[in-house]
Amino acid sequence: MSLLFYNRSFLPGIILTTVFAAAALISLVWVPYDTTILNIAEKLKPPNLAHPLGTDQFGRDILSMIMVGARTSIAVALVAVGIGMIAGVPLGLAAAARKGGLLDEVIMRMNDLVFAFPSLLIAVMITAVFGASALNAIIAIGIFNIPVFARLTRGAALTLWNREYILAARVAGKGQARISVEHILPNVANLLIVQGTIQFSLGILAEAGLSYVGLGAQPPTASWGRMLADSQTMISFAPHLALFPGLAILLTVLGLNLLGDGLRDLLDPKLRRART
Amino acid sequence: MSLLGIDRLSLKIHGTPILKDVSFAVDPGRILGVIGESGSGKSMTAFSVLQLLPNGAECTGNISLAGKDILTCSETELCSIRGREVGMVFQEPMTALNPLQTIGAQVAETILVHENVSKAEAMTRAAKALQRAELPQEKFPLSRYPHELSGGQRQRVVIAMAIALRPKLLIADEPTTALDVTTQAQILDLLKRLVAEDDMGLMLISHDLAVVADLADDLVIMQQGEVVENGPARSLFGAMQHPYSRALLEASSHVPDRLGEAHKTSLLQVRNVVRDYQQHVHGWWGATTHFRAVNDVSFDIRRGESLGLVGESGCGKSTLTRAILGLEEVQGGEILFDGQPVFTHHHANKDVRRRMQVVFQDPYGSFNPRWRVEKLVSEPFHLLQTPLHGHERENAVVEALESVGLGAEDRHKYIHEFSGGQRQRIAIARALIIKPDLIILDEAVSALDVSVRAQVLDLLADLGDRFNLTYLFISHDLSVVRSITDRVLVMKAGEIVEGGPTDAVFDHPNHDYTKQLVAAAPVLPVGAA
Repeated sequence: MSLLFYNRSFLPGIILTTVFAAAALISLVWVPYDTTILNIAEKLKPPNLAHPLGTDQFGRDILSMIMVGARTSIAVALVAVGIGMIAGVPLGLAAAARKGGLLDEVIMRMNDLVFAFPSLLIAVMITAVFGASALNAIIAIGIFNIPVFARLTRGAALTLWNREYILAARVAGKGQARISVEHILPNVANLLIVQGTIQFSLGILAEAGLSYVGLGAQPPTASWGRMLADSQTMISFAPHLALFPGLAILLTVLGLNLLGDGLRDLLDPKLRRART
Repeated sequence: MSLLGIDRLSLKIHGTPILKDVSFAVDPGRILGVIGESGSGKSMTAFSVLQLLPNGAECTGNISLAGKDILTCSETELCSIRGREVGMVFQEPMTALNPLQTIGAQVAETILVHENVSKAEAMTRAAKALQRAELPQEKFPLSRYPHELSGGQRQRVVIAMAIALRPKLLIADEPTTALDVTTQAQILDLLKRLVAEDDMGLMLISHDLAVVADLADDLVIMQQGEVVENGPARSLFGAMQHPYSRALLEASSHVPDRLGEAHKTSLLQVRNVVRDYQQHVHGWWGATTHFRAVNDVSFDIRRGESLGLVGESGCGKSTLTRAILGLEEVQGGEILFDGQPVFTHHHANKDVRRRMQVVFQDPYGSFNPRWRVEKLVSEPFHLLQTPLHGHERENAVVEALESVGLGAEDRHKYIHEFSGGQRQRIAIARALIIKPDLIILDEAVSALDVSVRAQVLDLLADLGDRFNLTYLFISHDLSVVRSITDRVLVMKAGEIVEGGPTDAVFDHPNHDYTKQLVAAAPVLPVGAA
């Protein structure tokens, strides 16, 4: 275990990520103040002992809001990355295995099609048809993760297919599907994990963005993006309203990126030895 | 007074000693061969002369170039020395040139950096330099890009860059290792001529004793960062003193002992095989053209024999290998293994495939870096109808590893924990594990140092006798083929041009191409070993 601490990125990354994940989990059972109850008498309080991060324009505790908001942000981003990986990685592996074939063309041109639309436009379209909700935000962000993972997987897999150990596996009678799973996937996994953490942080940003324009989680569900959106008219006299959700987004994204970097190194058998 | 004098040079990188008390000298118009295996510090010595060392390097001792003390020069002074007084030629011509610049611009760049001349003037001189490197303007104008040239031609461009300013010293670091034998001979001739014309000093670094022996006036033999032997080439080859240099010499001309009991029956029959590659010209619906990589090739491999297949890169050797292994379907003819076709109904015949295995050239690229040796070695079990499990499987892995001279404990390690030679042993263990009849060795020892190569050849000979294996030995290295094969086939442009008992073919070649190959192959001086 001690080798985990040699890594300069991993430790701060895992700490930041754990803090926000813990905040989200704790909020399921306990929050300092109930975020669905308004308390106008306490509105717009700056940080103080009773409310460490202050209160908003309805007198809700900001710390509690951020804890509940973490739940929304992390859930949205996690499921969106999950959709992207579960659909994108097999597509990329299949495209690489059939390089230059019809399957490759079909998969990659479909990817281009998805890439061709601005994600926000699609999100607007989905909400226009199905209504605004956190679930629809997940679907919109998730769909846009698919081509990202498919392309990354295909690109990395293509170079691997030329390796001699793939040839050796073919000599051992293994088929394309089996080689893809046994040889290609483990060797692109480090890239996928790094890209996964990046997409995770982009997912948090995307959810914040969608909620900011009112297309994401709807009240009373708390969300970091909507907290920012609500605070913008009051930023001149209550800056803490924007500051804390903004910091929460910043630190989570930073933590995830560091975590991704650290994981990439730790998952490489070569670097793993170099660090011990 | 020497051109380049290195006196008690020691080099440490982050405190790790790399070179220890290296001393030698290069005189104008002379060729100094620096010989050593990988890790012996020969390249680092060359980089010390140019002070192109990695971060954390510390040099002590003395390097003087034409009277100038290199170690006390400032970076600006060094920049004016590099390229002007010392030229350098690297090993890999494929990556030594910028793919986005024309060859003219790249040669002219050296001139523009050092001399205050107009672009047009620099281009004229670049043309002249290319001419001297035997790339005439009529055929190779300055506007060519590197991808339009072959490996040997690119190496000539690199040489033209190095000699454009007529430097006093040329350093060539394994300049021909990545090239075919015939090209190698041409490049070495070119270097020799340039040295004589310009009265240049040449420091020729190589791991191949035979390459250097043909060319060098003086020799330096290095081992683990130290010079173990040093002197004029002629006298040195007759009387090597240091055990290491003697071992090196022996390894270069090593012939493994073999019982060599070849049977009369054929194991593999290749009959009129044709292999075409389709090339698309214009997108999806455009016309396709065909490239014939293997053209009407027929031969037999007899049970228990070791058959060599030699030829230059691009002659179709690897394509033929893949066809034999049943990885790619042929367009004409048939391949029979013990009477059974390798390909049936557009699928590889599994009965045949489990009796053939292959060992590849690159000891670094032929293993999945994320698997442990145990899993790597047992991969061919996939071919068996009833793969072994549990204890039996483990025993088989241990047995295979032990038969190639590795320990049972090695099975729990990852591949990066092994050296190149050990990896090649693991590759052989992987080929052995399902007890095949035929093993195809595709340049299996080409990437190894001479002493390791000799050990692996011994191992192969021993295993061949013990397990009654048949080998198809594919290589561009004639000396290796000669030492281990019974019969040899010479392949050129997809066709077999000559074949027969190895010694007969190499001693009395009939075909022009074989004659060229044999003449081009570097040989150690007679009576050296």
